[in-house]
Amino acid sequence: MALNTKPNIADPDRFYQSLIDCHRDLSEDQSQRVNSKLILLLSNHIGDEAVLKEAMAIACAESGA
Amino acid sequence: MLQTYEYPEFPYTQSDEQKNGVVKRHPAIIIGAGPIGLTTALDFAQQGIPVVVLDDNNTVSVGSRAVCYAKRPLEIWDRLGCGQRMIDKGVIWKIGKVFRQDDLVYQFDLLPEEDHKIPAFINLQQYYLEEYMIERCKDFGDRVDLRWKSKVISLRNEADHVVLQVETPDGVYQVEADYVVSCDGANSDTRKMLGLDFEGQFFQDRFLIADVVMKADFPAERWFWFDPPFHPNQSVLLHMQSDNVWRIDFQLGWDSDPEEEKKPEKVIPRLKAMLGEDTEFELEWVSVYQFACRQLNDFRCGRVFFAGDAAHQVSPFGARGANTGVQDIDNLAWKLKLVRDGKAPEALLDSYSEERVFAAADNLKHSTQSTDFITPKSKCSTFFRDAVLALAKEHEFARPLVNSGRLSMPTPYEKSSLNTPDEEAFAGKMQPGTNCADAPIRKDNQEGWFLNQIGERFSVVTFGDAPAIDTLDIDGIPCDILVVGKDFEDSKGRLTERYDGKNGTTYLIRPDQHVAARWRSFDKDKIATALNRATCRL
Ligand SMILES: Cc1cc2nc3c(=O)[nH]c(=O)nc-3n(C[C@H](O)[C@H](O)[C@H](O)COP(=O)(O)OP(=O)(O)OC[C@H]3O[C@@H](n4cnc5c(N)ncnc54)[C@H](O)[C@@H]3O)c2cc1C
Repeated sequence: MALNTKPNIADPDRFYQSLIDCHRDLSEDQSQRVNSKLILLLSNHIGDEAVLKEAMAIACAESGA
Repeated sequence: MLQTYEYPEFPYTQSDEQKNGVVKRHPAIIIGAGPIGLTTALDFAQQGIPVVVLDDNNTVSVGSRAVCYAKRPLEIWDRLGCGQRMIDKGVIWKIGKVFRQDDLVYQFDLLPEEDHKIPAFINLQQYYLEEYMIERCKDFGDRVDLRWKSKVISLRNEADHVVLQVETPDGVYQVEADYVVSCDGANSDTRKMLGLDFEGQFFQDRFLIADVVMKADFPAERWFWFDPPFHPNQSVLLHMQSDNVWRIDFQLGWDSDPEEEKKPEKVIPRLKAMLGEDTEFELEWVSVYQFACRQLNDFRCGRVFFAGDAAHQVSPFGARGANTGVQDIDNLAWKLKLVRDGKAPEALLDSYSEERVFAAADNLKHSTQSTDFITPKSKCSTFFRDAVLALAKEHEFARPLVNSGRLSMPTPYEKSSLNTPDEEAFAGKMQPGTNCADAPIRKDNQEGWFLNQIGERFSVVTFGDAPAIDTLDIDGIPCDILVVGKDFEDSKGRLTERYDGKNGTTYLIRPDQHVAARWRSFDKDKIATALNRATCRL
């Protein structure tokens, strides 16, 4: 299975809103904590290492590093 | 300090060659009488190779060093006749607990498989380990010549031998050796004398290592805390040793002052905070360490072989240093024996480096990963580490991500050039390059163990119908043939299970108890080819 980069979220605006809401009123550090947990939870759900690596590669390429 | 152990002092005697001023050539010289040098002495002696061991000191390991020994090195020491004594004196444990603050977040059970002679792990102070090996050396008489207060100060490779200069209380003398094994530890002088690079990384952290004598009711388990209330923001490790001695490691951070931290007035309050005001204890030893992970790229340099910490250094999380060093020697001894006897070419000695550099790299990787978890290198990795710990209590998925040290397991030589690849399918773990699993057996109406039937020579183990021959000599290399059901019984069926033994299944096993090849039928020609491959004679 390859990483799905086609639209896959039924209601994009609502998803985006809830992501932002998660971080409302959080300090930088608190947000980092939330994000770290989110990444771990979602990564475990995906499980497939090849898919995860593909996602990491895209994320790192776009970091402008 | 020091309540429980008296350090032996081994007598220095001037060697005849120094006294008489004659330069002698020895078959093998071992530099260093730490755990690895002593293992080398025993294995070489058992193989019939006389050894001279040079050590700059005259006692066993001083202070807080290795504690945990894993199953495979204990099996090797058992083969060398001193494993049982270590097990009897040591503390056997199998439960590990990981705490975050006050909460137990994760617990592992080493769950040793049933029906193995040797336990998964024991804890024992390094000085006992060395003392028992030194005593075992005496059983070999003149074959092991232990020379204390003998410091190697120079060393030079010649085409067919090595020249060394040794400094003793009586001055400097010269010796020669066909082969040298350098077991002179992480700061190896020999490595420097040969100008070899020792590459890797130092971790920007310090650890206070305390050995404490106390009567405590902690169980015989490994306890690891992240951010405990008694030592906030750092980690702590607790291990039980024998004689009521406990090992406690406090992570201190990079900014700490090692000299200051070692002072009893600094250490005792830390321990009281952990153990409670009322617990009575005495300090046995205190040191502050910075850890590093590094290794040589090649464990052979001419006629000098590197083993143990001289060849590879790891952080102690996961108890890997001595454990892996012992396996270096298991790999080297039989190869050197065959080459020395003219039965295998020099190329076999290169396979020592090939196989053990591979194992060391695997070991270093595990050790570095653990250290990165315990001492995160960036703010971001600290966030991930803390997220893992926060999730682990409630959510099972995060528990295997917690890394407080993965315990040492042997690295199979999966890709070794000495292996003969499988032609047919097998179930189980015994693929070529893997160390042999143990199993209970019965022989001459006595209970025994499979691993005690093999080793030091090549063996063929075959299941089912017996072949018409009971030994093989393959161009001068003898090979025992052991028929399961005839030479011994598979008393509990474990051997058949662990080796996927069917009628005809045949294994070729190396002298270091590793699988060289396996087939579904007994075929003399295939065995000969595989043995020749395993000795670089193809
Ligand atoms: C805090 C701590 C905890 C550890 N815990 C564990 C553990 O739980 N399990 C584990 O497996 N490992 C552990 N280790 C690692 C273990 O102690 C080492 O891996 C082990 O001692 C290495 O053995 P060695 O024989 O290679 O070297 P060493 O033990 O360092 O011995 C080297 C010997 O060579 C001698 N020597 C040095 N230079 C010369 C010279 N020029 N001439 C002659 N002799 C010389 C020295 O005197 C010494 O006797 C731990 C280490 C530390 C520091």
